[in-house]
Amino acid sequence: MNLALKDIRHNMGRFTLTTVGVGLLLMVVMGMGGIYRGVIEDATLLIDRVGSDLWVVQRSTRGPFAEISRVPPNLVHRVQAVPGVRTAREFVYHTIQRERAGKPLRIAVMGLSWSIDKGEWLPLTAGRHLSQNHFEMIADESLRLPVGTQIDLGKETYTIVGTTKNLISSNGDGIAFVTVQDAQAIQFDVPGEAVRLERASRESRGEEFEAAMKQPALLDNAGRPTGELPAVARPQLSAVMVTLEPGAHVSDVKQIIAGWSDVSVYTQDGQRQLLLRGSVEKIKAQIGLFRVLLTIIAAIIMALILYTLTLDKIHSIALLKLIGAPNSVILGLIMQQALLLGGIGFGIAYLLGQQVFPLFPRRVIITNEDVFQLALIVLGISIASSILGIWKAMRVSPNEALS
Amino acid sequence: MNATQDTPFAIETERLTKVYGSGNTEVVAMKDATMKVRQGEVVALLGPSGSGKSTFLTAVGLINPPTSGRVIIRGQLVLDGQVAKTNLRTFRRQHIGFIFQKSNLIPFLSAEENVRIAMELNGDSRRAAAKRSMELLDYLGVADRAKNLPSMLSGGQQQRVAVARALANRPSVILADEPTAALDSHRGRQVMELFAQVAHEQRAGVIVVTHDQRSLDVFDTRYEMEDGRLFLPS
Repeated sequence: MNLALKDIRHNMGRFTLTTVGVGLLLMVVMGMGGIYRGVIEDATLLIDRVGSDLWVVQRSTRGPFAEISRVPPNLVHRVQAVPGVRTAREFVYHTIQRERAGKPLRIAVMGLSWSIDKGEWLPLTAGRHLSQNHFEMIADESLRLPVGTQIDLGKETYTIVGTTKNLISSNGDGIAFVTVQDAQAIQFDVPGEAVRLERASRESRGEEFEAAMKQPALLDNAGRPTGELPAVARPQLSAVMVTLEPGAHVSDVKQIIAGWSDVSVYTQDGQRQLLLRGSVEKIKAQIGLFRVLLTIIAAIIMALILYTLTLDKIHSIALLKLIGAPNSVILGLIMQQALLLGGIGFGIAYLLGQQVFPLFPRRVIITNEDVFQLALIVLGISIASSILGIWKAMRVSPNEALS
Repeated sequence: MNATQDTPFAIETERLTKVYGSGNTEVVAMKDATMKVRQGEVVALLGPSGSGKSTFLTAVGLINPPTSGRVIIRGQLVLDGQVAKTNLRTFRRQHIGFIFQKSNLIPFLSAEENVRIAMELNGDSRRAAAKRSMELLDYLGVADRAKNLPSMLSGGQQQRVAVARALANRPSVILADEPTAALDSHRGRQVMELFAQVAHEQRAGVIVVTHDQRSLDVFDTRYEMEDGRLFLPS
């Protein structure tokens, strides 16, 4: 006769409510782990997906993800000339915030190096890849910009031609992919008045004598029609992505580029580590501590629940002892209830989480490894939390059945 | 009385004494209580409230060991003062049946399960235990309530289920503490007669604490207790 099940059946309502409560608590524990995984995945997703063997960034910076990096556009051609390099692609990446339908819309804009990169590596959920150099955009579904939507950014209007899923920046903003030129146009959207002021300033500097001595062509340039002068410097890149020839050694190519005094170079794994040890490290620690705290709270609550359930049965336990039930029967009664409480609670947490986590604004990734790990933790806390109840039950005298 | 002078003893107590507290707060609940109950003998234990009857019964039932004295059951020394000479819980399960004033049933088990649990704990198979528990409930007139929880039974029905549980393992000793308090006089007498019948059939020693003067003719022997002292009335 299974006394644990009989007792649960007798107190079904209370046991159900308790189990649902424990399940919700465990779902939060599971969710915290999932959020942690999501942060890691989001932070490193672009680095992993874009498939770059080396990242060439501004000298002494940890760019372009961990901090701002600026490199000149012609760096692409210099890198392309290095032996062992198959392709060098421009990388432009920045975050913008605009108003759309009265709500803030944050977009992480990434430039694709047209025409060698049309976004073929992106897993599309709808639409197509880029097919022209300008005014087309592939947007992550989290931005809620379906195929065919038009969005005004800067002076131009962009059309969504494709959508992706789960391509999120480390800040949780959906990524939109346009060509590098468009990304730069969005980033360096300078108003006409600012251009005119900059031209006037340049002309003014050009008229100074000392400047003319040092730069003989400056006055000539200043005298030419302003339309021939660059109003502002050409927009710069965030980084250059390098794909190597088959058989080329990463270390060899890296060593050559690292010798240049204006840039720093990182491998793909190096970029990952920069992100994980830098911006993600604190949130990782924070979520980890929350998870530990919640696990301890879950254990304490379970212990209190099981202790209370045991107290409710104390007369029955005394009676069982009186009629000669061995300790193993009483221990089994409490332990089985603890395991059932933990097991069913864990099941509720898992099933409910499957429905609830996709509704979260940021990704919650539940891996099999994490599920297994939490199952072991729940097993552990179920056993540990029943100890208090067992301790109480073992101390009960059969005499108490007579009172 | 089926028991004769040659019948071996089911229960022997030798100078059982129970003292609670010490010094100024010392209370002697039982003093030198000696009793011998032969197999098949039914003994009534009478006395006013607080005279030590329940203390004596719990000492014999191995629930509340005496401060001194010895308890011998079926010739086996079980308690020597507070020292257990065997595993008391196992011994209780195998040899002693209890019935109390309150029915003391397990609230989350049905009537049938309350009887069956005693047998299953004693190692009986589920099938055999279920068969005997139904027989006992039928014998006590509550078979139709076998599936009901104790909360759905009347006081008398609960007490009959408790009697069935006490008899389940065919104990050699039955200890009952005012078992008919919750029963009407007819049922009360039936239960007392049942004890006598079980005692005679199973050769069990039965001690019944009772205030019910109407059923005293059922008992083979009467003991009385007063101020912790046990004696045979003159």
